[in-house]
Amino acid sequence: MRMNVALRPLVLALNSTAGFFRFMGELTYLIGDAAAGVGRSLFHKQGRRLGWANLWAQMNRVGVRSIPIVCLVTFCIGAILALQMAPILRDYGAGDRVADIISLAIGRELGPLISAVVLTGFAGASIAAELGTMVVSEEIEALEAQAIDPIRFLVVPRVLATTVMTVCVCVVGDLVGGIGGMVVAHLALGTSAIQYFHHSFDALKLRDFITGLAKAGVFGLLISALACRLGLGVTGGAQGVGVATTRTVVTTIVAVISVDLLFTAVFYAVGW
Amino acid sequence: MRWVGEAMSEPVIQVMDASKTFDGRGVLDAIRLDVMRGETLVILGGSGSGKSTLLRLMIGNVQCDGGDILAFGKSLRTMTPAELDGYRKSVGVLFQSGALFNSMTVADNVALPLREHTGLAEHTIDIMVKIKLELVGLRQHADKMPAMLSGGMKKRAGLARAIALDPKVLFYDEPSAGLDPVTSAEIDQLIMDLNKKLGVTSVVVTHEMGSAFRIADRMVLLDRGKFIAEGTPERMRSHPDPLVHQFVLGLAEGPLTDRRRAGGYEEDLLGPLEGI
Repeated sequence: MRMNVALRPLVLALNSTAGFFRFMGELTYLIGDAAAGVGRSLFHKQGRRLGWANLWAQMNRVGVRSIPIVCLVTFCIGAILALQMAPILRDYGAGDRVADIISLAIGRELGPLISAVVLTGFAGASIAAELGTMVVSEEIEALEAQAIDPIRFLVVPRVLATTVMTVCVCVVGDLVGGIGGMVVAHLALGTSAIQYFHHSFDALKLRDFITGLAKAGVFGLLISALACRLGLGVTGGAQGVGVATTRTVVTTIVAVISVDLLFTAVFYAVGW
Repeated sequence: MRWVGEAMSEPVIQVMDASKTFDGRGVLDAIRLDVMRGETLVILGGSGSGKSTLLRLMIGNVQCDGGDILAFGKSLRTMTPAELDGYRKSVGVLFQSGALFNSMTVADNVALPLREHTGLAEHTIDIMVKIKLELVGLRQHADKMPAMLSGGMKKRAGLARAIALDPKVLFYDEPSAGLDPVTSAEIDQLIMDLNKKLGVTSVVVTHEMGSAFRIADRMVLLDRGKFIAEGTPERMRSHPDPLVHQFVLGLAEGPLTDRRRAGGYEEDLLGPLEGI
Protein backbone atom coordinates (compact mmCIF):
# COMPACT_ATOMS: atom_id res chain seq x y z
CA MET A 1 0.00 0.00 0.00
CA ARG A 2 2.80 2.42 0.99
CA MET A 3 4.62 1.41 -2.20
CA ASN A 4 1.55 2.34 -4.23
CA VAL A 5 1.36 5.78 -2.63
CA ALA A 6 5.06 6.35 -3.25
CA LEU A 7 4.71 5.31 -6.87
CA ARG A 8 1.63 7.41 -7.51
CA PRO A 9 3.45 10.59 -8.69
CA LEU A 10 5.57 8.47 -11.03
CA VAL A 11 2.50 6.71 -12.43
CA LEU A 12 0.76 10.07 -12.87
CA ALA A 13 3.80 11.51 -14.62
CA LEU A 14 4.04 8.47 -16.92
CA ASN A 15 0.31 8.65 -17.68
CA SER A 16 0.55 12.35 -18.47
CA THR A 17 3.55 11.78 -20.72
CA ALA A 18 1.81 8.92 -22.49
CA GLY A 19 -1.32 11.09 -22.85
CA PHE A 20 0.76 13.93 -24.30
CA PHE A 21 2.45 11.69 -26.87
CA ARG A 22 -0.87 10.04 -27.74
CA PHE A 23 -2.42 13.48 -28.28
CA MET A 24 0.56 14.59 -30.40
CA GLY A 25 0.32 11.37 -32.43
CA GLU A 26 -3.39 11.92 -33.06
CA LEU A 27 -2.73 15.55 -33.98
CA THR A 28 0.01 14.55 -36.42
CA TYR A 29 -2.29 11.91 -37.92
CA LEU A 30 -5.04 14.49 -38.31
CA ILE A 31 -2.71 17.00 -40.00
CA GLY A 32 -1.34 14.24 -42.28
CA ASP A 33 -4.84 13.08 -43.14
CA ALA A 34 -5.95 16.66 -43.77
CA ALA A 35 -2.92 17.27 -46.01
CA ALA A 36 -3.73 14.13 -47.98
CA GLY A 37 -7.32 15.30 -48.26
CA VAL A 38 -6.45 18.74 -49.66
CA GLY A 39 -6.09 17.46 -53.21
CA ARG A 40 -9.20 15.32 -52.99
CA SER A 41 -11.21 18.12 -51.43
CA LEU A 42 -10.30 20.89 -53.81
CA PHE A 43 -9.48 19.26 -57.09
CA HIS A 44 -11.46 16.03 -57.20
CA LYS A 45 -14.25 16.16 -59.74
CA GLN A 46 -17.07 15.25 -57.37
CA GLY A 47 -15.92 17.11 -54.26
CA ARG A 48 -15.03 20.35 -56.01
CA ARG A 49 -18.44 22.04 -56.04
CA LEU A 50 -18.79 21.82 -52.31
CA GLY A 51 -15.09 22.17 -51.54
CA TRP A 52 -14.64 25.70 -52.94
CA ALA A 53 -17.88 27.09 -51.52
CA ASN A 54 -17.06 25.56 -48.17
CA LEU A 55 -13.53 26.96 -48.26
CA TRP A 56 -14.69 30.51 -49.12
CA ALA A 57 -17.29 30.39 -46.37
CA GLN A 58 -14.67 29.32 -43.85
CA MET A 59 -12.17 31.97 -45.03
CA ASN A 60 -14.84 34.63 -44.61
CA ARG A 61 -15.77 33.36 -41.17
CA VAL A 62 -12.23 32.89 -39.92
CA GLY A 63 -10.35 35.71 -41.58
CA VAL A 64 -12.48 38.52 -42.92
CA ARG A 65 -14.49 38.95 -39.75
CA SER A 66 -11.40 39.01 -37.56
CA ILE A 67 -9.69 41.82 -39.49
CA PRO A 68 -11.26 44.75 -37.54
CA ILE A 69 -10.17 43.23 -34.21
CA VAL A 70 -6.65 42.48 -35.46
CA CYS A 71 -6.42 46.06 -36.81
CA LEU A 72 -7.54 47.53 -33.50
CA VAL A 73 -5.15 45.40 -31.43
CA THR A 74 -2.09 45.84 -33.68
CA PHE A 75 -2.73 49.58 -33.97
CA CYS A 76 -2.74 49.82 -30.18
CA ILE A 77 0.36 47.63 -29.87
CA GLY A 78 2.23 49.78 -32.42
CA ALA A 79 1.19 52.93 -30.54
CA ILE A 80 2.11 51.45 -27.14
CA LEU A 81 5.56 50.38 -28.38
CA ALA A 82 6.19 53.86 -29.74
CA LEU A 83 5.05 55.50 -26.51
CA GLN A 84 7.24 53.20 -24.40
CA MET A 85 10.35 53.75 -26.51
CA ALA A 86 9.97 57.42 -27.37
CA PRO A 87 11.46 58.85 -24.13
CA ILE A 88 14.48 56.49 -24.12
CA LEU A 89 15.26 56.97 -27.80
CA ARG A 90 14.80 60.73 -27.46
CA ASP A 91 17.35 60.75 -24.60
CA TYR A 92 19.85 59.00 -26.88
CA GLY A 93 19.03 61.41 -29.69
CA ALA A 94 17.69 58.54 -31.79
CA GLY A 95 14.00 59.38 -31.80
CA ASP A 96 13.72 58.71 -35.51
CA ARG A 97 14.79 55.08 -34.95
CA VAL A 98 11.47 54.23 -33.33
CA ALA A 99 10.24 53.16 -36.79
CA ASP A 100 13.11 50.64 -37.13
CA ILE A 101 12.28 48.96 -33.85
CA ILE A 102 8.51 48.90 -34.38
CA SER A 103 8.71 47.54 -37.92
CA LEU A 104 11.06 44.74 -36.85
CA ALA A 105 9.14 43.90 -33.67
CA ILE A 106 5.79 43.82 -35.41
CA GLY A 107 6.95 42.30 -38.72
CA ARG A 108 8.94 39.46 -37.17
CA GLU A 109 7.18 38.85 -33.90
CA LEU A 110 4.11 40.72 -32.77
CA GLY A 111 2.17 40.72 -36.05
CA PRO A 112 2.06 36.91 -36.36
CA LEU A 113 1.64 36.42 -32.62
CA ILE A 114 -1.24 38.89 -32.22
CA SER A 115 -2.94 37.56 -35.37
CA ALA A 116 -2.63 34.04 -33.95
CA VAL A 117 -4.04 35.02 -30.55
CA VAL A 118 -7.01 36.84 -32.11
CA LEU A 119 -7.67 33.95 -34.49
CA THR A 120 -7.47 31.49 -31.60
CA GLY A 121 -10.61 33.18 -30.31
CA PHE A 122 -12.21 33.79 -33.69
CA ALA A 123 -11.36 30.55 -35.44
CA GLY A 124 -10.09 28.06 -32.86
CA ALA A 125 -12.86 28.41 -30.29
CA SER A 126 -15.63 28.53 -32.89
CA ILE A 127 -14.27 25.54 -34.85
CA ALA A 128 -13.95 23.45 -31.68
CA ALA A 129 -17.47 24.42 -30.51
CA GLU A 130 -18.97 23.82 -33.96
CA LEU A 131 -17.37 20.40 -34.49
CA GLY A 132 -18.07 19.42 -30.87
CA THR A 133 -21.75 20.27 -31.32
CA MET A 134 -21.79 18.26 -34.54
CA VAL A 135 -20.40 15.26 -32.63
CA VAL A 136 -23.06 15.63 -29.92
CA SER A 137 -25.91 15.98 -32.44
CA GLU A 138 -24.77 12.85 -34.36
CA GLU A 139 -23.86 14.89 -37.46
CA ILE A 140 -20.35 13.42 -37.66
CA GLU A 141 -21.77 9.92 -37.37
CA ALA A 142 -24.30 10.80 -40.08
CA LEU A 143 -21.46 11.92 -42.36
CA GLU A 144 -19.62 8.64 -41.83
CA ALA A 145 -22.83 6.68 -42.40
CA GLN A 146 -23.14 8.44 -45.76
CA ALA A 147 -19.56 7.49 -46.70
CA ILE A 148 -18.45 11.12 -46.42
CA ASP A 149 -15.06 11.48 -44.76
CA PRO A 150 -15.36 14.10 -41.97
CA ILE A 151 -11.66 14.92 -42.33
CA ARG A 152 -12.03 15.85 -45.99
CA PHE A 153 -15.44 17.44 -45.61
CA LEU A 154 -14.95 19.38 -42.37
CA VAL A 155 -11.30 19.48 -41.33
CA VAL A 156 -9.61 20.26 -44.66
CA PRO A 157 -11.56 23.47 -45.44
CA ARG A 158 -11.14 24.72 -41.88
CA VAL A 159 -7.40 24.01 -41.73
CA LEU A 160 -6.77 25.52 -45.18
CA ALA A 161 -8.92 28.59 -44.49
CA THR A 162 -7.35 29.27 -41.08
CA THR A 163 -3.78 28.79 -42.35
CA VAL A 164 -4.24 31.07 -45.37
CA MET A 165 -6.24 33.68 -43.48
CA THR A 166 -3.78 33.86 -40.56
CA VAL A 167 -1.12 34.85 -43.10
CA CYS A 168 -3.44 37.40 -44.74
CA VAL A 169 -4.55 38.85 -41.41
CA CYS A 170 -0.89 39.03 -40.36
CA VAL A 171 -0.05 41.20 -43.42
CA VAL A 172 -2.88 43.59 -42.51
CA GLY A 173 -1.79 43.52 -38.84
CA ASP A 174 1.83 44.36 -39.77
CA LEU A 175 0.66 47.34 -41.78
CA VAL A 176 -1.79 48.68 -39.20
CA GLY A 177 0.73 48.14 -36.35
CA GLY A 178 3.21 50.26 -38.30
CA ILE A 179 0.58 52.97 -38.74
CA GLY A 180 -0.11 52.93 -34.99
CA GLY A 181 3.59 53.50 -34.31
CA MET A 182 3.72 56.21 -36.95
CA VAL A 183 0.86 58.18 -35.44
CA VAL A 184 2.54 58.24 -32.02
CA ALA A 185 5.98 58.93 -33.51
CA HIS A 186 4.50 61.90 -35.34
CA LEU A 187 2.65 63.26 -32.30
CA ALA A 188 5.29 62.56 -29.62
CA LEU A 189 8.56 62.81 -31.56
CA GLY A 190 7.60 64.95 -34.53
CA THR A 191 8.72 62.29 -37.03
CA SER A 192 7.09 62.79 -40.41
CA ALA A 193 5.19 59.98 -42.09
CA ILE A 194 7.64 59.83 -45.01
CA GLN A 195 10.62 59.70 -42.64
CA TYR A 196 8.89 56.99 -40.62
CA PHE A 197 8.21 54.79 -43.67
CA HIS A 198 11.74 55.29 -45.01
CA HIS A 199 13.15 54.07 -41.70
CA SER A 200 10.66 51.19 -41.56
CA PHE A 201 11.51 49.88 -45.00
CA ASP A 202 15.25 50.35 -44.42
CA ALA A 203 15.09 48.30 -41.22
CA LEU A 204 12.66 45.61 -42.31
CA LYS A 205 14.17 43.29 -44.89
CA LEU A 206 12.05 41.07 -47.11
CA ARG A 207 13.51 38.12 -45.18
CA ASP A 208 12.13 39.50 -41.89
CA PHE A 209 8.71 39.98 -43.42
CA ILE A 210 8.65 36.46 -44.88
CA THR A 211 9.86 35.01 -41.58
CA GLY A 212 6.86 36.60 -39.88
CA LEU A 213 4.45 35.30 -42.51
CA ALA A 214 5.90 31.79 -42.29
CA LYS A 215 5.33 31.89 -38.54
CA ALA A 216 1.76 33.08 -39.10
CA GLY A 217 1.12 30.19 -41.48
CA VAL A 218 2.39 27.64 -38.96
CA PHE A 219 0.33 29.30 -36.20
CA GLY A 220 -2.76 29.09 -38.40
CA LEU A 221 -2.14 25.40 -39.02
CA LEU A 222 -1.69 24.81 -35.28
CA ILE A 223 -4.84 26.73 -34.32
CA SER A 224 -7.07 24.89 -36.78
CA ALA A 225 -5.56 21.43 -36.27
CA LEU A 226 -5.85 21.67 -32.47
CA ALA A 227 -9.40 23.03 -32.70
CA CYS A 228 -10.46 20.25 -35.08
CA ARG A 229 -8.80 17.55 -32.99
CA LEU A 230 -10.33 18.74 -29.71
CA GLY A 231 -13.71 19.47 -31.30
CA LEU A 232 -13.99 16.05 -32.93
CA GLY A 233 -12.90 14.40 -29.66
CA VAL A 234 -15.86 15.79 -27.68
CA THR A 235 -17.64 13.39 -25.36
CA GLY A 236 -20.38 13.99 -22.82
CA GLY A 237 -22.82 16.43 -24.42
CA ALA A 238 -22.98 20.19 -23.93
CA GLN A 239 -20.52 20.13 -21.05
CA GLY A 240 -18.00 18.35 -23.27
CA VAL A 241 -18.36 21.08 -25.90
CA GLY A 242 -17.61 23.73 -23.27
CA VAL A 243 -14.56 21.81 -22.03
CA ALA A 244 -13.25 21.33 -25.59
CA THR A 245 -13.66 25.03 -26.38
CA THR A 246 -11.78 26.11 -23.27
CA ARG A 247 -9.06 23.51 -23.86
CA THR A 248 -8.69 24.67 -27.45
CA VAL A 249 -8.06 28.29 -26.45
CA VAL A 250 -5.63 27.43 -23.65
CA THR A 251 -3.77 24.67 -25.53
CA THR A 252 -3.50 26.76 -28.69
CA ILE A 253 -2.07 29.83 -26.95
CA VAL A 254 0.51 27.68 -25.13
CA ALA A 255 1.35 25.81 -28.35
CA VAL A 256 1.63 29.01 -30.42
CA ILE A 257 3.97 30.66 -27.92
CA SER A 258 6.07 27.49 -27.56
CA VAL A 259 6.41 27.13 -31.33
CA ASP A 260 7.20 30.84 -31.60
CA LEU A 261 10.07 30.39 -29.14
CA LEU A 262 11.31 27.41 -31.15
CA PHE A 263 11.13 29.39 -34.39
CA THR A 264 12.95 32.37 -32.88
CA ALA A 265 15.68 30.12 -31.46
CA VAL A 266 16.16 28.37 -34.82
CA PHE A 267 16.23 31.67 -36.75
CA TYR A 268 18.70 33.07 -34.23
CA ALA A 269 20.92 29.99 -34.59
CA VAL A 270 20.96 30.18 -38.39
CA GLY A 271 21.49 33.95 -38.32
CA TRP A 272 18.10 35.00 -39.75
CA MET B 1 -29.10 -23.55 -32.56
CA ARG B 2 -31.40 -21.86 -35.05
CA TRP B 3 -30.45 -18.32 -36.03
CA VAL B 4 -33.03 -15.59 -35.60
CA GLY B 5 -34.66 -15.16 -39.01
CA GLU B 6 -33.22 -18.36 -40.46
CA ALA B 7 -36.55 -19.69 -41.68
CA MET B 8 -37.22 -16.78 -44.06
CA SER B 9 -35.79 -15.86 -47.49
CA GLU B 10 -32.32 -14.61 -48.44
CA PRO B 11 -30.49 -12.59 -45.74
CA VAL B 12 -29.01 -9.19 -46.64
CA ILE B 13 -27.30 -8.67 -43.28
CA GLN B 14 -26.08 -11.45 -41.00
CA VAL B 15 -24.95 -10.77 -37.46
CA MET B 16 -22.75 -13.72 -36.53
CA ASP B 17 -21.94 -14.06 -32.82
CA ALA B 18 -21.21 -10.35 -32.59
CA SER B 19 -19.94 -9.07 -29.24
CA LYS B 20 -19.16 -5.54 -28.14
CA THR B 21 -17.66 -4.21 -24.93
CA PHE B 22 -17.33 -0.58 -23.82
CA ASP B 23 -14.90 0.21 -20.97
CA GLY B 24 -14.93 -3.42 -19.86
CA ARG B 25 -18.75 -3.56 -19.79
CA GLY B 26 -20.29 -6.10 -22.16
CA VAL B 27 -23.00 -4.47 -24.29
CA LEU B 28 -23.62 -7.25 -26.81
CA ASP B 29 -22.91 -10.88 -26.07
CA ALA B 30 -22.38 -13.18 -29.08
CA ILE B 31 -25.67 -12.34 -30.75
CA ARG B 32 -26.93 -13.84 -34.00
CA LEU B 33 -29.45 -12.28 -36.33
CA ASP B 34 -30.37 -12.45 -40.01
CA VAL B 35 -32.06 -9.50 -41.67
CA MET B 36 -34.09 -10.83 -44.62
CA ARG B 37 -34.51 -9.03 -47.94
CA GLY B 38 -37.64 -6.85 -48.08
CA GLU B 39 -38.75 -7.33 -44.48
CA THR B 40 -39.30 -4.72 -41.78
CA LEU B 41 -37.42 -6.02 -38.77
CA VAL B 42 -37.97 -4.28 -35.45
CA ILE B 43 -35.29 -4.60 -32.77
CA LEU B 44 -36.90 -4.02 -29.39
CA GLY B 45 -35.20 -3.45 -26.09
CA GLY B 46 -35.15 -1.22 -23.04
CA SER B 47 -32.70 1.63 -22.47
CA GLY B 48 -29.14 0.30 -22.32
CA SER B 49 -30.08 -3.09 -23.78
CA GLY B 50 -27.57 -2.65 -26.62
CA LYS B 51 -29.97 -2.08 -29.51
CA SER B 52 -28.43 1.22 -30.70
CA THR B 53 -24.97 -0.36 -30.48
CA LEU B 54 -26.22 -3.23 -32.65
CA LEU B 55 -27.46 -0.70 -35.21
CA ARG B 56 -24.08 1.07 -35.21
CA LEU B 57 -22.36 -2.28 -35.75
CA MET B 58 -24.64 -3.03 -38.70
CA ILE B 59 -23.99 0.33 -40.40
CA GLY B 60 -20.24 -0.09 -39.94
CA ASN B 61 -19.73 2.95 -37.65
CA VAL B 62 -18.54 0.69 -34.81
CA GLN B 63 -16.48 -2.51 -35.12
CA CYS B 64 -17.48 -5.59 -33.14
CA ASP B 65 -14.92 -7.04 -30.69
CA GLY B 66 -15.90 -10.65 -31.37
CA GLY B 67 -17.83 -12.40 -34.12
CA ASP B 68 -18.60 -10.75 -37.43
CA ILE B 69 -21.26 -9.01 -39.48
CA LEU B 70 -21.86 -9.94 -43.10
CA ALA B 71 -23.43 -7.26 -45.28
CA PHE B 72 -24.59 -8.57 -48.67
CA GLY B 73 -22.32 -11.57 -48.03
CA LYS B 74 -19.17 -9.55 -47.23
CA SER B 75 -17.59 -9.25 -43.81
CA LEU B 76 -17.63 -5.71 -42.37
CA ARG B 77 -14.47 -6.56 -40.41
CA THR B 78 -12.38 -7.33 -43.47
CA MET B 79 -13.83 -4.71 -45.84
CA THR B 80 -11.35 -2.21 -47.25
CA PRO B 81 -12.24 1.49 -46.68
CA ALA B 82 -13.44 1.69 -50.30
CA GLU B 83 -15.64 -1.39 -49.86
CA LEU B 84 -17.05 0.02 -46.62
CA ASP B 85 -17.85 3.30 -48.42
CA GLY B 86 -19.58 1.27 -51.12
CA TYR B 87 -21.65 -0.56 -48.49
CA ARG B 88 -22.56 2.71 -46.74
CA LYS B 89 -23.75 4.17 -50.04
CA SER B 90 -26.11 1.21 -50.40
CA VAL B 91 -27.76 1.74 -47.01
CA GLY B 92 -29.56 4.71 -45.47
CA VAL B 93 -29.68 5.68 -41.80
CA LEU B 94 -32.22 7.81 -39.96
CA PHE B 95 -30.64 8.89 -36.69
CA GLN B 96 -32.61 9.47 -33.51
CA SER B 97 -32.24 13.26 -33.69
CA GLY B 98 -32.46 13.37 -37.47
CA ALA B 99 -28.78 14.47 -37.46
CA LEU B 100 -29.39 17.12 -40.11
CA PHE B 101 -26.47 19.41 -40.87
CA ASN B 102 -27.55 22.61 -39.16
CA SER B 103 -25.55 24.90 -41.42
CA MET B 104 -27.39 23.70 -44.55
CA THR B 105 -30.96 24.03 -45.77
CA VAL B 106 -33.19 20.95 -45.90
CA ALA B 107 -32.65 20.73 -49.68
CA ASP B 108 -28.86 20.93 -49.31
CA ASN B 109 -28.97 18.22 -46.64
CA VAL B 110 -30.77 15.89 -49.05
CA ALA B 111 -28.54 16.94 -51.94
CA LEU B 112 -25.31 16.31 -50.01
CA PRO B 113 -24.94 12.55 -50.68
CA LEU B 114 -25.90 13.11 -54.32
CA ARG B 115 -23.29 15.86 -54.72
CA GLU B 116 -20.66 13.80 -52.96
CA HIS B 117 -21.22 10.42 -54.59
CA THR B 118 -22.69 11.03 -58.02
CA GLY B 119 -21.46 13.02 -60.97
CA LEU B 120 -24.97 14.36 -61.62
CA ALA B 121 -25.52 17.90 -62.86
CA GLU B 122 -26.91 20.38 -60.35
CA HIS B 123 -30.31 20.69 -62.05
CA THR B 124 -30.70 16.86 -61.99
CA ILE B 125 -29.82 16.87 -58.30
CA ASP B 126 -32.45 19.59 -57.73
CA ILE B 127 -35.10 17.39 -59.37
CA MET B 128 -34.06 14.36 -57.32
CA VAL B 129 -34.12 16.39 -54.10
CA LYS B 130 -37.68 17.54 -54.88
CA ILE B 131 -38.75 13.94 -55.52
CA LYS B 132 -37.27 12.75 -52.21
CA LEU B 133 -38.78 15.64 -50.28
CA GLU B 134 -42.18 15.01 -51.90
CA LEU B 135 -41.97 11.37 -50.77
CA VAL B 136 -41.68 12.51 -47.16
CA GLY B 137 -44.11 15.44 -47.57
CA LEU B 138 -41.56 18.23 -47.14
CA ARG B 139 -41.27 19.74 -50.63
CA GLN B 140 -42.66 23.10 -49.42
CA HIS B 141 -39.96 23.29 -46.73
CA ALA B 142 -36.93 22.70 -48.95
CA ASP B 143 -35.37 26.10 -48.28
CA LYS B 144 -35.80 26.07 -44.51
CA MET B 145 -32.92 25.61 -42.11
CA PRO B 146 -33.14 22.59 -39.74
CA ALA B 147 -33.54 24.90 -36.73
CA MET B 148 -36.87 26.09 -38.20
CA LEU B 149 -38.33 22.56 -38.36
CA SER B 150 -40.38 20.67 -35.77
CA GLY B 151 -39.16 17.32 -34.38
CA GLY B 152 -41.30 15.30 -36.79
CA MET B 153 -40.22 17.40 -39.77
CA LYS B 154 -36.56 16.93 -38.84
CA LYS B 155 -37.07 13.15 -38.86
CA ARG B 156 -38.77 13.33 -42.25
CA ALA B 157 -35.97 15.48 -43.64
CA GLY B 158 -33.44 13.00 -42.22
CA LEU B 159 -35.39 10.23 -43.92
CA ALA B 160 -35.37 12.10 -47.25
CA ARG B 161 -31.57 12.35 -46.93
CA ALA B 162 -31.32 8.66 -46.00
CA ILE B 163 -33.15 7.63 -49.20
CA ALA B 164 -31.27 10.10 -51.44
CA LEU B 165 -29.06 7.39 -52.95
CA ASP B 166 -31.92 4.83 -53.24
CA PRO B 167 -30.59 2.48 -50.57
CA LYS B 168 -31.28 -1.24 -50.40
CA VAL B 169 -31.51 -1.23 -46.60
CA LEU B 170 -32.84 1.53 -44.34
CA PHE B 171 -31.88 1.70 -40.66
CA TYR B 172 -34.01 3.70 -38.26
CA ASP B 173 -32.75 4.60 -34.78
CA GLU B 174 -35.77 5.32 -32.53
CA PRO B 175 -37.85 6.95 -35.30
CA SER B 176 -40.77 7.77 -32.96
CA ALA B 177 -38.74 9.01 -29.98
CA GLY B 178 -39.88 12.39 -28.70
CA LEU B 179 -42.80 12.70 -31.13
CA ASP B 180 -46.49 13.17 -30.35
CA PRO B 181 -48.74 10.17 -31.13
CA VAL B 182 -50.07 11.61 -34.40
CA THR B 183 -46.64 12.56 -35.75
CA SER B 184 -45.33 9.19 -34.59
CA ALA B 185 -48.11 7.42 -36.51
CA GLU B 186 -47.28 9.55 -39.59
CA ILE B 187 -43.63 8.52 -39.40
CA ASP B 188 -44.70 4.87 -39.06
CA GLN B 189 -46.91 5.23 -42.13
CA LEU B 190 -43.98 6.77 -43.98
CA ILE B 191 -41.74 3.83 -43.04
CA MET B 192 -44.37 1.37 -44.33
CA ASP B 193 -44.93 3.40 -47.51
CA LEU B 194 -41.21 3.58 -48.26
CA ASN B 195 -40.93 -0.13 -47.62
CA LYS B 196 -43.64 -0.79 -50.19
CA LYS B 197 -42.81 1.97 -52.73
CA LEU B 198 -39.04 1.53 -52.75
CA GLY B 199 -38.94 -2.16 -51.88
CA VAL B 200 -36.25 -1.57 -49.26
CA THR B 201 -35.39 -3.74 -46.30
CA SER B 202 -35.99 -1.85 -43.04
CA VAL B 203 -34.31 -2.34 -39.69
CA VAL B 204 -35.99 -0.31 -36.94
CA VAL B 205 -34.58 0.07 -33.45
CA THR B 206 -37.24 1.20 -31.01
CA HIS B 207 -38.87 0.70 -27.64
CA GLU B 208 -42.20 2.25 -28.66
CA MET B 209 -44.47 -0.78 -28.76
CA GLY B 210 -47.36 0.90 -30.59
CA SER B 211 -45.05 1.92 -33.38
CA ALA B 212 -43.34 -1.49 -33.42
CA PHE B 213 -46.63 -3.38 -33.82
CA ARG B 214 -47.74 -1.07 -36.63
CA ILE B 215 -44.68 -1.50 -38.82
CA ALA B 216 -43.05 -4.84 -37.99
CA ASP B 217 -43.05 -7.95 -40.13
CA ARG B 218 -40.84 -9.53 -37.51
CA MET B 219 -39.58 -8.51 -34.07
CA VAL B 220 -36.65 -9.42 -31.87
CA LEU B 221 -36.29 -8.44 -28.22
CA LEU B 222 -32.84 -7.60 -26.91
CA ASP B 223 -32.20 -7.79 -23.19
CA ARG B 224 -28.81 -7.25 -21.53
CA GLY B 225 -26.95 -7.84 -24.79
CA LYS B 226 -28.81 -11.03 -25.81
CA PHE B 227 -31.89 -11.81 -27.88
CA ILE B 228 -34.53 -13.35 -25.66
CA ALA B 229 -37.46 -13.53 -28.10
CA GLU B 230 -38.16 -13.46 -31.79
CA GLY B 231 -41.27 -13.68 -33.95
CA THR B 232 -44.14 -12.00 -35.69
CA PRO B 233 -46.06 -9.27 -33.82
CA GLU B 234 -48.85 -11.80 -33.08
CA ARG B 235 -46.38 -14.29 -31.65
CA MET B 236 -44.73 -11.64 -29.51
CA ARG B 237 -48.08 -10.54 -28.10
CA SER B 238 -48.79 -14.08 -26.86
CA HIS B 239 -45.21 -14.96 -25.90
CA PRO B 240 -45.06 -17.25 -22.84
CA ASP B 241 -41.93 -15.62 -21.31
CA PRO B 242 -43.15 -13.25 -18.54
CA LEU B 243 -40.30 -10.81 -19.26
CA VAL B 244 -41.30 -10.55 -22.92
CA HIS B 245 -44.93 -10.30 -21.87
CA GLN B 246 -44.18 -7.40 -19.53
CA PHE B 247 -42.10 -5.53 -22.11
CA VAL B 248 -44.48 -6.05 -25.01
CA LEU B 249 -47.55 -5.02 -23.04
CA GLY B 250 -45.73 -2.26 -21.14
CA LEU B 251 -46.77 -3.54 -17.68
CA ALA B 252 -45.61 -1.81 -14.49
CA GLU B 253 -45.14 -5.12 -12.63
CA GLY B 254 -43.12 -8.12 -13.76
CA PRO B 255 -39.61 -9.61 -13.98
CA LEU B 256 -38.07 -6.40 -15.37
CA THR B 257 -39.22 -4.31 -12.39
CA ASP B 258 -38.27 -7.13 -9.99
CA ARG B 259 -34.77 -7.09 -11.46
CA ARG B 260 -34.44 -3.33 -10.97
CA ARG B 261 -35.70 -3.60 -7.38
CA ALA B 262 -33.23 -6.38 -6.64
CA GLY B 263 -30.33 -3.95 -6.91
CA GLY B 264 -29.96 -3.59 -3.11
CA TYR B 265 -31.71 -0.20 -3.07
CA GLU B 266 -32.39 -0.11 0.68
CA GLU B 267 -28.78 -1.00 1.55
CA ASP B 268 -27.56 1.54 -0.96
CA LEU B 269 -29.83 4.19 0.51
CA LEU B 270 -29.09 3.50 4.16
CA GLY B 271 -25.46 2.42 3.82
CA PRO B 272 -23.84 5.85 4.29
CA LEU B 273 -25.96 6.51 7.40
CA GLU B 274 -24.15 3.75 9.26
CA GLY B 275 -20.95 5.72 9.18
CA ILE B 276 -22.47 8.89 10.66
